[in-house]
Amino acid sequence: MMPEIGQLALILALLMALVQGTIPLIGAHRGTTTWMATAHTAVAGQFLFLAIAYLALTYAFITHDFSVAYVANHSNSALPLMYRISGVWGGHEGSLVLWALMLAGWSLAVSLFSKGLPAVMAARTVAVMGLVSVGILSFTLFTSNPFEPIFPVPADGRDLNPLLQDPGLVIHPPMLYMGYVGLAVPFAIAVAALIGGRLDAAWARWTRPWATTAWAFLGAGIALGSWWAYYTLGWGGWWFWDPVENASLMPWLAATALIHSLAVTEKRGAFRSWTVLMAILAFSLSLLGTFLVRSGVLVSVHAFATDPTRGVYILMLLLAVTGISFALYAWRAPTVRSHAEFDPVSREGALLANNVILMVALAAVLLGTLYPLLLDALGMGKISVGPPYFNAVFAPLMVPLIFLVGLGPLLRWKHVSPLEVTRRLWHTLLAALVAGVVFPLAMQGSITLMVVLGTATGFWILFTIARDLYGRATHRGGNPLTALRKTPAGYYGMTVSHLGFAILVIGITLLMAFEQEQDVRLGYGQSHTLAGYTYELRETYGVRGPNYEAVEARVVVTRDGEFVTELFPQRRVYRVQTQPMAQAAYQTRFTRDIFVALGEPLPGDTWSLRLYHNPFQLWLWIGATLIVLGGLVAAADRRYRVFARRTSDSPADDTGRASADDLPEPAGRSSVS
Amino acid sequence: MTPRQKRRMAGAALVVLAVSGASALALSAFRENLMYFYGPTQLAEGEAPGERIIRLGGLVENGSIRHAEEGLTVFFSVTDTKNSIPVEYVGLLPDLFREGQGVVTHGRMGPDGVFRAERVLARHDENYMAPEVAAALKAAGYEEHPGKKAY
Repeated sequence: MMPEIGQLALILALLMALVQGTIPLIGAHRGTTTWMATAHTAVAGQFLFLAIAYLALTYAFITHDFSVAYVANHSNSALPLMYRISGVWGGHEGSLVLWALMLAGWSLAVSLFSKGLPAVMAARTVAVMGLVSVGILSFTLFTSNPFEPIFPVPADGRDLNPLLQDPGLVIHPPMLYMGYVGLAVPFAIAVAALIGGRLDAAWARWTRPWATTAWAFLGAGIALGSWWAYYTLGWGGWWFWDPVENASLMPWLAATALIHSLAVTEKRGAFRSWTVLMAILAFSLSLLGTFLVRSGVLVSVHAFATDPTRGVYILMLLLAVTGISFALYAWRAPTVRSHAEFDPVSREGALLANNVILMVALAAVLLGTLYPLLLDALGMGKISVGPPYFNAVFAPLMVPLIFLVGLGPLLRWKHVSPLEVTRRLWHTLLAALVAGVVFPLAMQGSITLMVVLGTATGFWILFTIARDLYGRATHRGGNPLTALRKTPAGYYGMTVSHLGFAILVIGITLLMAFEQEQDVRLGYGQSHTLAGYTYELRETYGVRGPNYEAVEARVVVTRDGEFVTELFPQRRVYRVQTQPMAQAAYQTRFTRDIFVALGEPLPGDTWSLRLYHNPFQLWLWIGATLIVLGGLVAAADRRYRVFARRTSDSPADDTGRASADDLPEPAGRSSVS
Repeated sequence: MTPRQKRRMAGAALVVLAVSGASALALSAFRENLMYFYGPTQLAEGEAPGERIIRLGGLVENGSIRHAEEGLTVFFSVTDTKNSIPVEYVGLLPDLFREGQGVVTHGRMGPDGVFRAERVLARHDENYMAPEVAAALKAAGYEEHPGKKAY
């Protein structure tokens, strides 16, 4: 009974989305208030029916309803409850239902918080999101129905892929999808603004919290995926430049460009058409990511299935969304172009350079990801692009970008004297360079040019943040605490994210330069020393899990003869899928991780093991967490809520209370279009 | 030109310079890191360049896996059922590496006809086969078991 209810709810959700995507648009065009208002009713209906469909699918998983093909393929009677609930998004069909549910959730949120927007604008935004829902829901229903029955009903399910039976994977996909789907909001607002031909500071201000929240979720999803790969794939790497990782990194880079460009559009009225372009690009890349992952064209850990009809459908959807929105952009963008003036050396200039670098980095990733697919499609050979390519391109691009992250917030809008900036900041830069040499030497005992550059730019951000905070606290000679309390949340959000970025940069630099890895063959009682730590294989024994058997090894780690820890890596074989899987064991400390993965038994009572010594691994996770946290803090800034009730469109009412300037004289605020 | 225009021109020139520099960098790194895929038959017919890193894919031949007495050296053969190529690899094999399963290796062809692998990749789902391996097998006339649907 429940699967049928779910199926019906899914169809009703599609019908609701159709209403949501059409009637309000016509209403907005003709100025009919009642037609526009249907947007808000329809979106609530769509969300309700999708929630029912989603719960019906979850119910089928929990109750082991193997008459549903999707459940039979992704669950098993021995699967623990947590993985039955998360199993809903463990495969293609269920992922789509989750995707659609989240899209409806974001749409509903937009509808609920759109009271401050002009009714026409709100109706158009929700309608555009409705059209995206129509695309996703029809794709789900016509090519990937999660409720499809199976007959005869199998006695038991084929179980969830063992790789996905992990707490990290319970939260990684939902976070990632929240980000992917959340980017539909700035996209819809941008398209609605293009239709209306009105893009102003109020528009930018209204877009910012949505874009920042989606960006934060996407970042969290990527970081969780990386963390999961680190400990689950058992190979100790945290980023493989896998095409699917790239598929999530590309929209993140575009969204990063978007949130920075939005800041300029809101504060200065500049970069308007560029901001719109970024909003369209970010969501298009989300869809591209979905296409790459779901179509099976990629050779990847994540490629579940190869079904050409699905690929074609998603490709059509991608082409429709990008084609229509870019055409609309080409047609309407000239009407919204801004004419704000600024010098190359100014905060606008720094943010422009930041956007240019991000776009170049994005293009490099896109090239490395799509070129092999293109060649293959043209029958010109099967190639792949190795991680060295991405590293070689990314590292030199990141150095100027990181430098700008430190510099940008210290620059005034519109115009800065390069001489004065140099005079104010040269000792900060010098201190960063010294730290860039001393810190790696003290921690690791050696340096290279790349290590100095990476560490120094990281410290440059840290020092400029400290400087800026100090400047704010002591500015105008008032009580420092009051001054800091009056500083808006948006500023703290930015600062926390930049701080996280600095920690991430230092961590990645030192990790990549000094990580050590070795495969060894050990008998019982034998040991191997890597980076000062001695690993001794003591014993191995069998372990029984709920749905797997495992061999567990006890590895004793010592340093200079002193006990450090015991690690228990496992090699599991899951009963249903008979798939062996290594479960690595590791110990994390502030400046290093030690990591052991158990390989296979070899002749002569020996085992193969892989040992890792990863300096500063923890800094990556701390940095990523702060980046995400900063986004959430910035999105929660009060002024977005205050302004949501106003609809003024003049940047002149930005009286500087949210400006991040720390300079004694107020920045010039004239000559904005 | 007014000073403002001059400054703008300087700014634009800087951006163009940065972008073209980055592109040159990207393209040269790109060319150096392309890896072409070959099947066992192509390698047996001597199509692959000796000095470049390539990818070799196929099935791990039944009964071909042999571990060295000491150390982590392992020998196996990659086959498309028509030709097979001996492979030598030092290190841990991936979890799903098994006889009769699809595999992709990165490495160089030695002058002695042995492929020296630097990386060995097996897929994470036992029913999933890399599309290029499937294509190489098909080219060699191998048919997958009918009725076994790849989920």
